[in-house]
Amino acid sequence: MTTRIDARFAKLATENRAALVTFVMGGDPDIPTSLDIVKALPKAGADVIEIGMPFTDPMADGPSIQAAGLRALNAGMTLKKTLQLVADFRRSDDETPVVLMGYYNPIYVMGVEKFLDAAKAAGVDGLIVVDLPPEEDDELCLPALKAGLNFIRLATPTTNDKRLPSVLTNTSGFVYYVSLTGVTGAAIPDYSKVGASVARIKGHTALPVAVGFGVKTADAARTIGAQADGVVVGTAIVDALKNSLGPDNRATAKTVEAVAALVRELSAGVRSARKAAAE
Amino acid sequence: MNQQTPNSFRTGPDDHGRFGLFGGRFVAETLMPLILDLEKAYEAAKIDPAFHAEIAHLHTHYVGRPSPLYLAERMTERLGGAKIYFKRDELNHTGAHKINNVLGQILLARRMGKKRIIAETGAGQHGVATATACAKYGLECVVYMGAVDVERQKPNVFRMKMLGATVVPVQSGARTLKDAMNEALRDWVTNVENTFYCIGTAAGPHPYPAMVRDFQSIIGKEVREQIMAAEGRLPDSLVACIGGGSNAIGLFHPFLDDASVAIYGVEAAGHGLDVDNGHAASLAGGKPGVLHGNRTYLLMDDDGQILEGHSISAGLDYPGIGPEHAWLRDMGRVKYLSATDKEALDAFQLCSKLEGIIPALEPAHALAKVIELAPTLPKDHVMVMNMCGRGDKDIFAVAEHLGGM
Ligand SMILES: Cc1ncc(COP(=O)(O)O)c(C=O)c1O
Repeated sequence: MTTRIDARFAKLATENRAALVTFVMGGDPDIPTSLDIVKALPKAGADVIEIGMPFTDPMADGPSIQAAGLRALNAGMTLKKTLQLVADFRRSDDETPVVLMGYYNPIYVMGVEKFLDAAKAAGVDGLIVVDLPPEEDDELCLPALKAGLNFIRLATPTTNDKRLPSVLTNTSGFVYYVSLTGVTGAAIPDYSKVGASVARIKGHTALPVAVGFGVKTADAARTIGAQADGVVVGTAIVDALKNSLGPDNRATAKTVEAVAALVRELSAGVRSARKAAAE
Repeated sequence: MNQQTPNSFRTGPDDHGRFGLFGGRFVAETLMPLILDLEKAYEAAKIDPAFHAEIAHLHTHYVGRPSPLYLAERMTERLGGAKIYFKRDELNHTGAHKINNVLGQILLARRMGKKRIIAETGAGQHGVATATACAKYGLECVVYMGAVDVERQKPNVFRMKMLGATVVPVQSGARTLKDAMNEALRDWVTNVENTFYCIGTAAGPHPYPAMVRDFQSIIGKEVREQIMAAEGRLPDSLVACIGGGSNAIGLFHPFLDDASVAIYGVEAAGHGLDVDNGHAASLAGGKPGVLHGNRTYLLMDDDGQILEGHSISAGLDYPGIGPEHAWLRDMGRVKYLSATDKEALDAFQLCSKLEGIIPALEPAHALAKVIELAPTLPKDHVMVMNMCGRGDKDIFAVAEHLGGM
């Protein structure tokens, strides 16, 4: 079956450009503003939207995304309300793929079946669950695939060739290549190696490969967009949001536009990537 | 379903690192290859006599094992029931059972060629033990400790620094043990190639729960021999406190298949089990969830967000528990009780005055339940409690609670 994610990557391939995949934390800095931000993303140039499901103990996230999760939790965000956020977004956009990203515990506590039903009904297309490696595929990955959702797996520099096939086996939608060993927001990787890493993964799969971790600027997005099928940006967007907040981390009139402005820049970077490379 | 045979409680975990529903390997992909390497290295070491000989040598000459099994005569007399023995792991080098596990892991790290060691610590005992072993073997040591615990356990912070370790105060969350573990995991994800994560309790992703249990099982193995020498028979009951559960599983595991031995684990009830977010008793007040690499009982809200938990003891205020305990509880093999801050403080004082042993606040929780259970039992009932740490680190905090002595 074809999901919105498959359709989107196929379309971008015909346009010969990479996808801009944008991450925002669901409910950051408050639930209504978060919905406005998500709604603003496609117009600003986001091709795929990742929405973080906030969790108290985000073990693979750096300080920026940790803080975003806490802002969301303090604003009353829950997994149920994150699903509602997607449903609300879907009312005005039935094309842009939405991927939920987070940790397993809130999903497990809600109940896998119940979560998958609700996610499907809300219009979620894919899941990235950081603490579910292939060794735990029975937990959520296989039920999610059965329910018609994509399960997007991270591949990392430590995922060697021996391990890649098992990581890719039940992956669908796209492969998310984490360009460095580290938490989100960590230092910029050595971009020169990204092309080789993408090629290594493509040797094992026909799926699109998106690259993330450490992408902060339009320049970086352009460089990676020339070498990969997608460019994932998270921390930079979360930081732009944070810098627009007023006292007590409250949203200001500038908040939505601050995010949109950065996404427009990143999008311009991604869109010029192959042209720049061809010249 | 799990592959445990119902006629033994000692065969877990299975190949997937599961104890029934619990355990597993819930970690980021970056760590997964390393965790598989670690499992391989541990399996190889486990069947290598040289590895065991090295540990045995260190136990004798560095730790001071076997630790005595001591008949607490005045405590026994005062309580007027069961005959009470303390397993004196507080006499170990560095003052707690933590060194048993650390030496095993550090020898393993050396075998794997890792030069940089990281650890999380709550009370600071695991941090001190890790810093100690790293000093001995010339390894770089970074210890993550919640900022609140840095305040609560100052003497141990100083000790770690003296030993050459870097202590990183963790400012996220409630700034206690759970947050220290998050930060250690973040360090590990970042420095995975050269770094060995020395986990301080029988929790985390497989193979840690089983590996830490194996290293701590020296406690129970010694007790078996010592009690045979002292009483000519096995004990009737065992009691140990539970943070993540390493000292407890170390005492319990060699006895799990001896049906005549009643086994009690004691969680921290803090301000009381009925106080919202006021305790750290994950079995009594939690439900199954996934955190820090394993599925186990966790303190959390309806949305699956982890609660902070509270205990007067910095070594017990962890919102989870090792997966093997979660399984043993569901199987009904071990009975889990809890002791409040106040009960622990009372036991702390009584033990100091009656036996001349100042216990750590952690085993003071176990002692609180010994004080409750012993009077209800006959005089020929032999009870062994794990005195898993000494109270030097706690005296200032206790003095504060008692209103400045
Ligand atoms: C003396 C002592 N006992 C017990 C504990 C709790 O850990 P565990 O349950 O793993 O034995 C600690 C932890 O810091 C400790 O220092």
